Amino acid sequence: MAFEFTKENLQKFEETLKRYPQKRAALLPALWLVQEQQGWVSKESMEYLAKLLDLTPAFVYETATFYTMYNLKPIGRHHIQVCNSVCCSLRGSQETVATLKKKLEIEVGESTSDGRFHLSTVECLGSCGTAPMMQINDDYYEDLNEEKIDKILEKLK
Amino acid sequence: MEMILSKNWSVKDQRKIDVAMKNGAYASLEKIFKMSPEQVTEEVKLSGLRGRGGAGFATGMKWTFVPKETTRPIYLINNLDESEPGTFKDRAIVEKDPHMMIEGMIIAAYAIKSHTAYIYIRGEYHKQWEIIEEALKEAAKKGFLGKNILGSGFDLNIYQHRGAGAYICGEETALLSSLEGGRGYPRIKPPFPAIAGAWGCPTIVNNTETLTNLPFILNNGAAAFKKFGTEKSPGTKLISASGHINRPGVYEIEMGLPIRTFLEEHLGGVWKGQKLKGVVPGGSSFAPLTAEEAYQTNLDFESCAAAETSLGSGGFYVMDETTCMVRLLQFTAKFYEHESCGQCTPCREGTGWVSQIVRRIESGHGRERDLALLNDVCKNMMNGRTICVFADALAMPVLGFLKKFGNEFEEHIKLGRCPHSVSLRGLRA
Repeated sequence: MAFEFTKENLQKFEETLKRYPQKRAALLPALWLVQEQQGWVSKESMEYLAKLLDLTPAFVYETATFYTMYNLKPIGRHHIQVCNSVCCSLRGSQETVATLKKKLEIEVGESTSDGRFHLSTVECLGSCGTAPMMQINDDYYEDLNEEKIDKILEKLK
Repeated sequence: MEMILSKNWSVKDQRKIDVAMKNGAYASLEKIFKMSPEQVTEEVKLSGLRGRGGAGFATGMKWTFVPKETTRPIYLINNLDESEPGTFKDRAIVEKDPHMMIEGMIIAAYAIKSHTAYIYIRGEYHKQWEIIEEALKEAAKKGFLGKNILGSGFDLNIYQHRGAGAYICGEETALLSSLEGGRGYPRIKPPFPAIAGAWGCPTIVNNTETLTNLPFILNNGAAAFKKFGTEKSPGTKLISASGHINRPGVYEIEMGLPIRTFLEEHLGGVWKGQKLKGVVPGGSSFAPLTAEEAYQTNLDFESCAAAETSLGSGGFYVMDETTCMVRLLQFTAKFYEHESCGQCTPCREGTGWVSQIVRRIESGHGRERDLALLNDVCKNMMNGRTICVFADALAMPVLGFLKKFGNEFEEHIKLGRCPHSVSLRGLRA
């Protein structure tokens, strides 16, 4: 599926270019823009960025695959990322993971069949004082318990 | 006593520039523009301010490494990649008082003669990115950013650069690789970034908390700053407190505060009336302290170093007596296995091996020779065998846990199972 930026995103991209002395530096922000536009980063979009930034597609691929936050395949609309790192583990993050698996009837790394949710476990999100916690898309949900999780899931359609 | 960084944290709407200015934000700028950049640097040197990102290097000294006669652009980078497990203090600065941080960046940029500065913010901090974006707009509107700031002839633009979920990008040379659009691979030092950093130009990378200390130092003078803390660790420190305590959160404490006082008075003690088993005072990259050691250690660079750990970035987490230390180390090792950038063999392979061995011990399949093996692997990962210190940052806690809680590892191996009552048996890290 061919990819190109919407007019608005193309403008944002061009603004970004002005911030750096070299074009290549705009690659991370450009990948973010792609993800914002289509929810994930496809190979076609990487080829598109390579052209825009005068890079080889291989270079774009190399960068995109290094960072865990770029989704390299389409995922559920609401990306649930549970912090299962050191400090959250001290305050019960594994129970949070187990609760979510049970409620969504999926394993970690899977999406629900209706495409609504995708479940991941991730490393430290800088929220150790409010553990256990999860990030759904751009938002943090902290001090979780089962009741809270129910309410949060219900709201996300 | 009124602190330095958190003094306005309970003020309503402190994020808004008008409120912040009523509380003194940007007041230091008039003053610094009457000084030379060298005088600003000298004041910071005199203050004894040390980097708050983990290494504790003298900030003013770092600035003087920028070549005096350079004709190339000089860059300032605010390292807001905060990703060390246990650390969430810079997030608090942004959420509670972002203008103090921006003011600090202006001071630092003026001192090192930089006209373009970047904030490297971790990708997950999206809300915080929005807060900063708004604060930068406000500051530009008031004339604190842009061309000819307050008629001083000094120009400065600040941009944010969003990471995408790689711990290693908090390492300053990996950060530069990432800023330039590549994988977050650390670079061999020397050359240090002050000589050849971003795009090969002189670059100073300072931690967010370090920069946020600057307005106080320039407003009140180095002597006022040195009234806080200890002789070699002047000032205050933000401590991110988590784990098995009653009141987790971010606390600003005067350097040198005994851990006992911090735990009992600030944090409300260990939760559920349990006894203390151990503490990690400076983030996951450092050795833990036993309860006994913790009660004899203070929160400053020297005291932590004397106890063979580090104040690091102030990621302070507490373990109660029910904690399985093998399991905790398993989670720690998993983090480093996941976050190794893969460039150097001892680290790429070593972090994986350590993680596997600790997992094996925790699950009851450990072998007697595993402890010697762990020691051996760690010693082969450390002390300059890799480009950056990431591998050391796993080796240090592993050796620390083995030294201080070795009996728990031996018990796991002997019993062939975890002796702790883990209700979540079967759920693997």
